Amino acid sequence: MSAVIESDHHDHHHGPAKGLMRWVLTTNHKDIGSMYLWFSFIMFLIGGTMALIIRAELFEPGMQIVKPEFFNQMTTMHGLIMVFGAVMPAFVGLANWLIPMMVGAPDMALPRMNNWSFWILPFAFGLLLSTLFMDGGGPNFGWTFYAPLSTTYAPPSVTFFIFAVHMMGVSSIMGAINVIATILNLRAPGMTYMKMPLFVWTWLITAFLLIAVMPVLAGVVTMMLMDIHFGTSFFNAEGGGDPVLFQHVFWFFGHPEVYIMILPAFGIASAIIPTFSRKPLFGYPSMVYATASIAILSFIVWAHHMFTVGLPLAGELFFMYATMLIAVPTGVKIFNWVATMFRGSLTFETPMLFSIAFVILFTIGGFSGLMLAIAPVDFQYHDTYFVVAHFHYVLVPGAIFSIFAAAYFWLPKWTGHMYNETLGKVHFWMSFIGLNLTFFPMHFVGLAGMPRRIPDYALQFADFNQISSVGAFIFGTTQLLFLFIVIQCIRGGKKASAQVWEGADGLEWTLPSPAPYHSFAQPPVIK
Amino acid sequence: MKGSESLQARHRRVLLRALLVVGSMFCFGFALVPIYDVFCKVTGLNGKTQDRFVGVIDVPEGVERSVRVQFITQTNAGMPWEFRPVLREVSVAVGQPTDVEFYAANPTTINMVAQAVPSVSPSEGAAFLQKTECFCFQHQPLKAGEETHMKLRFFVDANLPDHIHTLTLSYTLFDITDRDPKTKS
Repeated sequence: MSAVIESDHHDHHHGPAKGLMRWVLTTNHKDIGSMYLWFSFIMFLIGGTMALIIRAELFEPGMQIVKPEFFNQMTTMHGLIMVFGAVMPAFVGLANWLIPMMVGAPDMALPRMNNWSFWILPFAFGLLLSTLFMDGGGPNFGWTFYAPLSTTYAPPSVTFFIFAVHMMGVSSIMGAINVIATILNLRAPGMTYMKMPLFVWTWLITAFLLIAVMPVLAGVVTMMLMDIHFGTSFFNAEGGGDPVLFQHVFWFFGHPEVYIMILPAFGIASAIIPTFSRKPLFGYPSMVYATASIAILSFIVWAHHMFTVGLPLAGELFFMYATMLIAVPTGVKIFNWVATMFRGSLTFETPMLFSIAFVILFTIGGFSGLMLAIAPVDFQYHDTYFVVAHFHYVLVPGAIFSIFAAAYFWLPKWTGHMYNETLGKVHFWMSFIGLNLTFFPMHFVGLAGMPRRIPDYALQFADFNQISSVGAFIFGTTQLLFLFIVIQCIRGGKKASAQVWEGADGLEWTLPSPAPYHSFAQPPVIK
Repeated sequence: MKGSESLQARHRRVLLRALLVVGSMFCFGFALVPIYDVFCKVTGLNGKTQDRFVGVIDVPEGVERSVRVQFITQTNAGMPWEFRPVLREVSVAVGQPTDVEFYAANPTTINMVAQAVPSVSPSEGAAFLQKTECFCFQHQPLKAGEETHMKLRFFVDANLPDHIHTLTLSYTLFDITDRDPKTKS
């Protein structure tokens, strides 16, 4: 793939406006991408602080620092903020920055809607966070907000929580529609579907998942709202409803949601690993088909989150085998990445380190997922720290590491400067060690029976929990180093070339670094 | 590339189609509610019984089989009524209509209305426990201090799978005083 580089006769294009209103009114995909990424990082720090409060409380058995009610609010808010506030906006931010540059488009297809979808987010999360200061406290029913905990027994602030979820749903849907329209309509001439970079492919599939399941989430919180305020009985048994129904509807959204948080990560790894292996990606078409299969399968496995609610045997077996089936396309991806690295001339810059850690640690998370998929043993693992270990292994080294990898990989393109490689490597190793110290012992305490979401625990779990807490504080404080590296890179540093990385391939690397405010006003020609 | 169509029109088409998906998936979320109900009733999953009158079905010739039916009761959290089966267990022949009673008393000083919600275990057998008359079909009002015996007439369908020898019928009593239109003042 190659492209014609635009010559410099476009300088009559205006640059960014000045002052604060630039950011409020902007319709530029790069500005909006940056705002999404900064917003996500702020949420990451807020959600991370909540995690550290949880880990500080769990450092020793017994109640030390916070009250149990507040602990419940922390576990709930940590989950909500990290899922909807940190991971999802970070991927949307990357999509905004990269998709137009990768497909050779001048901007996103619907720039005004793009502005709107970002600016809803600060208000949604402002509303969500404000519940912590309300009478009765914030949401305390877990991020999965199972009824009747979130309806009959919820604090009064639950209504604000519901509206916040509505708002973030609207934002995600608009962001997803924008991605779809951009990819379908604005590809440069000659950029056929099977020539699109994998990040674009995975995001296209993610966007379809988003428009399919975010409305179901909006529906389930609307049902909660009606149960709480309008006397309906969707989830109240006394009125003919059923609390188990909540779990079905929620996980019908919730399972595709976990793939929404990982598919773009697959795309990022598929961009970085070939670059630093100096080889084309192994098995591009199989990567595309595997992504699509994972997305389709994600709709028929939701009840594996509910093995213990009393499913009939046929249901347990169906959801068990369907879930295990997902390991096949996922395995295809893992083997493709390994095959890409095989006999490549590898170098280990920070993005590559994060990507390799992603492949290894995500695989560990995948394997514990397979263990959880076995219905008969899930009865022992259900709602224990084993589950916590599993989903943190797929989300932290999966989603979060891929976001770090993407940030380091494309920062030189965004800022025009190289980041500090030594500090980047320190950030990687501290994160890697901190993360494994935090989450690996959780497998053991989980298997031994420590339940999740409980502020206290039996004495025999104390050692592993202390290791977890130490790891969590290492991981948490290291992220301030990441903030420093990014700011340092924005403010200056070694000038980056257009291609930045020796093995980099793709349209975005044909643009100068930093990428001009308006790029590809004339579509490049793909040979 | 469809050169004849303007970019604006193509964006609008994608937007409208995507919004159609969004709208239909929102409706689908709500459609899951009746789908779930029908699915549970047809298969008897979740221990849901048919909450309606069922006439007696003739037993095929030569089928003689008896099944133990156990009754358990509970009141939902915060529901102060006394509620228990008069008989804990009966042994019935399949197809034989049987009458049993449940005792309920309202020990409080206010008039209340209750609703009993049934569930059958094992759920596989739920579809075969048929009720011709049940107090769970109606709301149960009890004045302050009042007590009552509530009637249930049921039979076990002869098609009950052979490996099921015991059915457990559980009732949970919910306080619906606030929901009942007659008591609302």
